[in-house]
Amino acid sequence: MKLALREMRRRPSRFVTATVILSLIAALLMLLGGLLDGLIRSSTGALRAQQAQAIVYSSTSQASLVRSRVDPDVRQAIEQIDGVTAVGGLGSAQLGARVPGNGPRDLADVALFGYELAPDGVPDPPADGQAYADEILKADGVTEGMTIQLGPARTPVEIVGFVKDTAYNGQGSLWASAATWRSVLLANRPDAQLADGVFQALIVQGDADIAGRIDEATGGATESLTVTEAVNAIPGVKEQQSTFNQIIGVTIVIALVVIALFFALLTVERSGMYGVLKALGARSGTLFGGVVVQAVVVTAIASVLAAALMVLLDALIPPGSIPLQITPVRIVLSAVLLLVAAIAGCLFSLRRVLRVDPASAIGTTV
Amino acid sequence: MNALELTDVRKVYTMGDDSEVVALDRASLTIGSDEIVALVGPSGSGKTTLCSIAGGILRATEGRVVVADEDISAYSEKELTRFRQRMVGFVFQSVNLVPFLTARENLLVVDELGQRRGKAAQQRADELLEELGLADRAKNLPSQLSGGQRQRVAIGRALMNDPKLVLFDEPTSALDTKLGEQVMDLIRTEMKRRGTAAIVVTHDERILHYCDRSVHITDGVLAA
Repeated sequence: MKLALREMRRRPSRFVTATVILSLIAALLMLLGGLLDGLIRSSTGALRAQQAQAIVYSSTSQASLVRSRVDPDVRQAIEQIDGVTAVGGLGSAQLGARVPGNGPRDLADVALFGYELAPDGVPDPPADGQAYADEILKADGVTEGMTIQLGPARTPVEIVGFVKDTAYNGQGSLWASAATWRSVLLANRPDAQLADGVFQALIVQGDADIAGRIDEATGGATESLTVTEAVNAIPGVKEQQSTFNQIIGVTIVIALVVIALFFALLTVERSGMYGVLKALGARSGTLFGGVVVQAVVVTAIASVLAAALMVLLDALIPPGSIPLQITPVRIVLSAVLLLVAAIAGCLFSLRRVLRVDPASAIGTTV
Repeated sequence: MNALELTDVRKVYTMGDDSEVVALDRASLTIGSDEIVALVGPSGSGKTTLCSIAGGILRATEGRVVVADEDISAYSEKELTRFRQRMVGFVFQSVNLVPFLTARENLLVVDELGQRRGKAAQQRADELLEELGLADRAKNLPSQLSGGQRQRVAIGRALMNDPKLVLFDEPTSALDTKLGEQVMDLIRTEMKRRGTAAIVVTHDERILHYCDRSVHITDGVLAA
């Protein structure tokens, strides 16, 4: 160990190339992770923010808000279940919004929600004709007190405040009363309008295990999911995750190959020295341990550099422009994956270290 | 106690086409506890093989190998590694110091890789450097030392574990005559002072008089 660390201190230049390449790979890894987190965050915020033990859809909707219809009699049945403390309706409409000051064709994408039970971080429903806006809409020029016009009918809605992390399908959300949502739907999406009392989904608060009992009580008319299940059921979420995770996986394999090649070369170069050290009584395990220590140190330095780069990038990117979310969890996870790849990469040098013959030190001039 | 007793030692290498090459044929050699023996022979004669077997680097195919009363004939790789840590010292032909370690650290490497005695090892390294006239060079890297100084560091490294037997592989081949004589003089002085036995592999007839006796080897066969 001591020998390996001393080599790095005395000959840092030998390790610069590998550290730079790995830093770039680590940065790529963290960037991909940050983009995935950002994308997922911006498509699931509206559901993640729900304070609910169950989100109830109609059973034929495949957990899609747009397809789901929950009638008032179903709601009544749910309200009567033991353990249910509160039930609120939820409805959505995805529309273009005209923002004063922007060009006539420069529409902001919004997801308007009509709600009865306040999600986390969102106040109780505002007066009719008003809405709270997600702060990512600030990037579209939306400000507090402004009245924006929704959809082809240009239904006016006044923005009375901002909320955080409630985006849906990459769109900034607007949080309004159920009546406002119904009137916007009627004016802009007459085909999708719902009768009074009918919602797309119900937010149910109560016992932790309430979801199963709801579907029983409604005789199979509903599909009740926990918040996490509902988030994962949003169309596209799983696909985004698996696509990104595959790219992340390939990136880790590349890191592994880089580490493996770099240390395999170093090991070949050192085989003379390893022969001498083995003749002097060094065990193969000690020598290989040195290789692993060096790989871990190189990876750790690369991870720290990449993390610093990501924090800088995060600070430079204006909010709302790119869905990049840098979190300590993602950075640590990326660093740990890289460390595992580094150690696995070293294993390619193990056989070579084991095969160095101490006898090679004697009788040669190398 | 003898430093080395080889009895009927054979070393046979099996080549790729299943033919056998006898590198060492029924070699018997006894070296006293403070004897310096020159092992002389042309290249390919088996010097290196004999040296490697005596130092616990190679295992003999047949025969008995005893170093300082320790029979190593049947030792496993691991046992041989530990044996080398404790009992023998090596000075290699091309010196082979670790290039990024100072003279002192090159001595301490033996301890770090083996017995880990810490403070005691540091003290021993300082004493050895002093005796070898390298006290003021302790913090120099090998690249900052002359050929003779490097050779002395290598001798110091071989003596770090207080060996019973030191093996010198062509210690003067890379040095000019004058320096070669100085190094041999130093080897003799250091070995005699410690009462340590040594085998000096060489084909340089001019240094034989620094040794107590010479043993010739030709085609794997020893002749006194």
